Order: sequence, then structure tokens, then C-alpha cells
Amino acid sequence: MLEIKNLHVSIGDRKILDGLTLTVHDGEVAAIMGPNGTGKSTLSYVVSGREGYDVTQGEVLLNGENILGLAPHERAAKGVFLAFQYPVEIPGVATMTFLKAALNSQRRARGEDELQTPDFMKRVNEAAARLGVVKDMLRRPLNCGFSGGEKKRMEILQMALLEPRLCILDETDSGLDIDALRVVSEGVNALRAKDRGFLVITHYQRLLDYIKPDTVHVMAKGRILRSGGPELALELESSGYKDYIGEAA
Amino acid sequence: MSDTATSATADLKTAFDAMKDAGARPLRQSAWDAFSREGLPNRRVEAWHYTDLRAALCAVAPLRAAGPATPALARERESCRFVVLDGAFRPDLSDVSALPYGVSVLSLREALACGEAEILAALAGDAEDPTLALNAALMQDGAVLRVSPGCVLERPLEFANFISGGAARSVFTRSLVILGAGARATLLESFTPLERSGSQENHALVMVLGDGAKLDHVATIAPQSEDAVRVVSLLATLGENSALNSFCLVEGGGLLRRQIFATLSGVNADVSFNGASLLRGRDHADTTLVIRHESPGGKSREFFRHIVDESATGVFQGKVSVAPLAQKTDGAMQSKSLLLSDGASMNNKPELEIFADDVVCGHGATCGRLDADQLFYLEARGVPKPRAEALLIEGFANEALERVKDEATRDALAARVAAWLRMREAL
Ligand SMILES: Nc1ncnc2c1ncn2[C@@H]1O[C@H](COP(=O)(O)OP(=O)(O)O)[C@@H](O)[C@H]1O
Ligand SMILES: [Mg+2]
Repeated sequence: MLEIKNLHVSIGDRKILDGLTLTVHDGEVAAIMGPNGTGKSTLSYVVSGREGYDVTQGEVLLNGENILGLAPHERAAKGVFLAFQYPVEIPGVATMTFLKAALNSQRRARGEDELQTPDFMKRVNEAAARLGVVKDMLRRPLNCGFSGGEKKRMEILQMALLEPRLCILDETDSGLDIDALRVVSEGVNALRAKDRGFLVITHYQRLLDYIKPDTVHVMAKGRILRSGGPELALELESSGYKDYIGEAA
Repeated sequence: MSDTATSATADLKTAFDAMKDAGARPLRQSAWDAFSREGLPNRRVEAWHYTDLRAALCAVAPLRAAGPATPALARERESCRFVVLDGAFRPDLSDVSALPYGVSVLSLREALACGEAEILAALAGDAEDPTLALNAALMQDGAVLRVSPGCVLERPLEFANFISGGAARSVFTRSLVILGAGARATLLESFTPLERSGSQENHALVMVLGDGAKLDHVATIAPQSEDAVRVVSLLATLGENSALNSFCLVEGGGLLRRQIFATLSGVNADVSFNGASLLRGRDHADTTLVIRHESPGGKSREFFRHIVDESATGVFQGKVSVAPLAQKTDGAMQSKSLLLSDGASMNNKPELEIFADDVVCGHGATCGRLDADQLFYLEARGVPKPRAEALLIEGFANEALERVKDEATRDALAARVAAWLRMREAL
């Protein structure tokens, strides 16, 4: 599904990712854990195609195709989805207008028919009900006046609606209380499927109590330093990241 | 004065000689005298600092004669419509036979001929501006509308100004709407070229709101050709507890100056002026407001969004002045601009002039570009960049459109914004 090979990324003359290698298989939930400032968000931006990053070496393959040359919307149409650490507010753009534009742009790019309004509404309402997104939120401009938890729910709602192949969740747990964390995690778990991979980025082990990973990768200083099973997350919980920060220095 | 200024003045004098006997001679004469003292404003006139009208009008076009007999006029909305075509009120093209109860209409020419004191005083207005003075001196025609006290109109009233194409001509119109005490109405106002031309237009609309009257006003100024020069003025006087909610969509085209002079003369009057402008090419659009709070308890809101692309120029000048008597005034003015290219520019000049001590007044003016985070968010969801930009620009304009209360009108305005954006996306 996703293969990242020896990825080197700089911003200006500052090196952020330093030979990162990582594979996520179909149906796999892979967790990346690491200290702040390690390059986790950078990785998620580079995979989804944000401008401003110099990829000096390496490849990102999605189902065998190198996607580094594609524009963000082309990657999205191929199934890449990033649930943002900080979803932006967009005043003046109605949430429904945005959702429809996103869904139908992707469908068009894949040569599928656009969804008509009734069908579209039905899908949005179903996803909203599952995620506890109230009607009032859908009527507001995108993410405007939403609490941190509401913004994250909206991210997962979009994920459910767009049915991506690769879901990247960047610190989806940050700013969530326990109840919101449970709702969001259930939303994610409901989307687990054998042809869908997840890259769950988090700083804390807590999220992984709710979204059980198949593999756990420890990232520090721009690369993966250790990989293992769920037990690795528990180990990090007790020992912290200090060993890794030292190791990479 | 330079030679060109002299010849422009001479041409305007010729126009004045042609119009001075078309009713209300004293009013015209004193307006002409006021205009002649300063002439066409250039950038040395403070209120015209960003718009050099004298340079733009170095060649004054002759006055427009009667328009076509049976023009094809587009109609966007259901309304009781009064048509002014090429500067002449056209009852034959207007809904004069089906006036709502409590509404009366006259052409400006008829009104001037009658010489009723209330109407003449209202028409004269009290704002000082050379282009307004010129408008009063040369006014050709317009519509004069009265809504009886207490009358609540469901169906919108509309002043539709149409201009034919062809060789450059000058047009001066002045219209008036008087709302009696407690009356309520919606007034649509439109400026539409039948065919684009380098026309020179000077339009004024005077509004007089009686005590407790409420008016919703929505104006649209359609694009004109690049060599057009247009001045569109709005004068409003508000009585006690009256409320005016006004919106204007400007679609550029040549040089445009839109100016608003509002006086809150009664206690607890409430005005809200809002607008969006869409500028591209070499458009120059100037929005200038002067809001005068003269009584206690007044509230004023100004909310403008300017979208400036290519090498267009936007101007926003907003002045809120609060008289010593006008305690408890509540004023807030906001102007935001979105610059879409390196060649685009915006001049903002908000100003407060406060002579009372117990007031809350604020203003903010910002100027920015499309937000990279917002853009990437949309792209990451699958929206191609040009569409993502269009969504953001539309959203920016929507913030102003949201201030229009009527949904159908809002949708019609949004459709114009979308059409303007499609031209951009197509490039
Ligand atoms: N746009 C940027 N310009 C300069 N430095 C940046 C930029 N974005 C991130 N960085 C730096 O790159 C490093 C990694 O950041 P980030 O990917 O956000 O880490 P994480 O998500 O693991 O906390 C940090 O040191 C951060 O300051
Ligand atoms: Mg991060």
C-alpha cells in the first residue's frame, strides 16, 4: 500500500527527514510515535503533497506508484487522506459546499459520476449521525467556531465520506477529552478494512488504547529508529523518548 | 488650471447651459456655483486622494439624448420596477400602472416642475462633494418615489438604471425615495450597461427615512468598459428609530467611485452599509463613506470585502464622525481586501472623528492574500487548485453577502460572484 523509502526532506537549508523508511500494508494500522519536533507532521505533509518541502532523496510509493510528482488533489483522488493536526477554519465557505466539492472533485478525477444532492446528503447525514456531528455544525462555515473536539470529528466525518485507501491521522488525539476520543476512535475503527491502510501519528500512547495498532514505529530526529508490535507503545509509555533522543544524537 | 481641465470645464458649462432651465433653476445654479469653485476633483482634494477624476475626465462626453424606444431589458427578479434609460425616466418601461398601495411615483423632471418644497429640499441633500454638486446642476431625470407612513411593502421596489452602448456619452441621474414614518420597504438598485461603452455616468440616489422607517437596500453595479468613468452616490438621512441596511456589489469596469453620505439625525437610528467589490484588469473602484452621527444612541456598521486581481486598484475610505450630542453612539467599521496578484493594489483609509465622550467606535482594515493553509486543506481533500482558490475567494465575498437578509437576493448576488470567478478559473 504505502512504501516510503529512504526519504530525505529539508525546509530551506534545514534537514527535517533524514532517511526515513516505512511500509504500511493493506489493512494495517501502523502507529508512529515520537517526541515533538521530530518531523511527524512534516512526514504527513510530504506524503499528502504540500508545497514548500524539498525532497532531496527517496521515494513515496502508493500501491507501487511514486506519488511525489503529483499535486495534492491528485494524491487525494488516488486515496490519500490526511486528518490534520490543526484543521483550519474557513470563514464564508459552507461546510456542505466544501464536502460536496471535495467528494465530487475526487469522483470526477477517477472518472466516476458526480453524486447528486439527495444521495450526497444521505451519505453526509449517515456519517454525521455515527460521529455525533450535529446538524448545526454542518450548517456553519467550515470548522468555524468549532471546539477542538468538533474539528477532529469533522476530520473523521470527511474521512468516512471520502473513503480513502490511505488514512494519515496526525495527532488526532490532541485536544480531545476522553468522550470525544472514544467517539473519534470508534469512527476510525469502523473504517478499518482490508484494502485500507492507516498511519496513526501520536505523541501519547493513550490513543492506541482505543485504536489498536498492528505495528508501532518509533520516530526521532527525522527517521524511524525502532519498529515492533503494540507492546512497543507500552514500553514507550513507561520509559519515554529519552533513549531515542540520545541514540539519534 | 491646465488646458485639458479648462476644456473639460467648458464642456461641462455647455452641458449646464443645456440643463439649467430644466426645472429647479435656483437649485441647479447654486449647485453649479459650488461645483465651479473647485472644479473636477483631483488628488489634491483630500476626499479624492486616491481617485483622480480630473485626469480621468479630461475629455467630457456630450450629454446623452433619448435612449432606444423598445430596448430589450433583462429582468432578474420580481419587483415593482422603475426604469431610467440613458438618463431618462421611462414610464413606458416601468411598472407604473400596478403601484403597490401607498406608493406614488413621479419622474424627476415632473417633481422639479412641481417644485414642492419638501421634495426639492430632500433632493438637494446636504452633502458637500464636487461631483454631487455637478450632479445636482446637470441632473437630467430620475425617479421620485414616496412610500406613505406606516405602509409595509412586501414586493421589492427597484430603480433600474440602464445605459446603451455606442459612442461615449455623459449621463446625470438623481432619484429620491422618501419613506414615511413607520414604512417598511426593500429597494433594489441596479446599474447595467445594455452594451459596454466608455460612458461617463454620475448617478445619485437620495433616501429619506422617516421616524421608525425601515429600508433594505441592495445595489448592483455591473461591469462597464475600461474607459468608462462612473460616480455613484448614495445620500441617506435617517429619522428617529429608523433603520437602513444597505449592500452593494461592485463588479468594476473602468473607473468607479461609489460614495455614501449618511446622516443619522434622529435618536437611535441604525445603519449598516455592506459591500463586496470584484476587480480585475485595470479596474479602479473607490468606495468612500462619510457617516455622521448627529443624535444619541445611533448605531452604524460598515462591512466591506474587496477582491482585487490582475492590475486593478481598490480604494476604501470610511469616515465616521460623531457629533458632541451623539452620546452612546455604537460604531464599527471593517474593510478587508484580498489581493490576488502582485499587480493588484488596495488603499485603505478608515477614519474616526469623535466629539462625544460616551461612545464605542472601532475600525479595522486588513489587506492580505489567499491563505496557504486554507488552500492546502482544500487541495488535500481533492479540490484542484483553481477550484480551491475560487472556493476561498467566494467564501471571502460571502462574508459580506451574508449581510443581505433576503435569501433569493443573496443567491442572485452569489451567482454573480460565481460567474465572475468562472472567468478567472477559465484562464
Ligand atoms: N514551515 C517550516 N519552516 C521551518 N521549520 C519547520 C517548518 N515546519 C516544521 N519545521 C520544523 O521542523 C521540525 C519538525 O516539525 P514537525 O514536522 O511539525 O514535527 P512534529 O510533528 O513531530 O512535532 C521542527 O523542528 C519544526 O520546527
Ligand atoms: Mg506535529
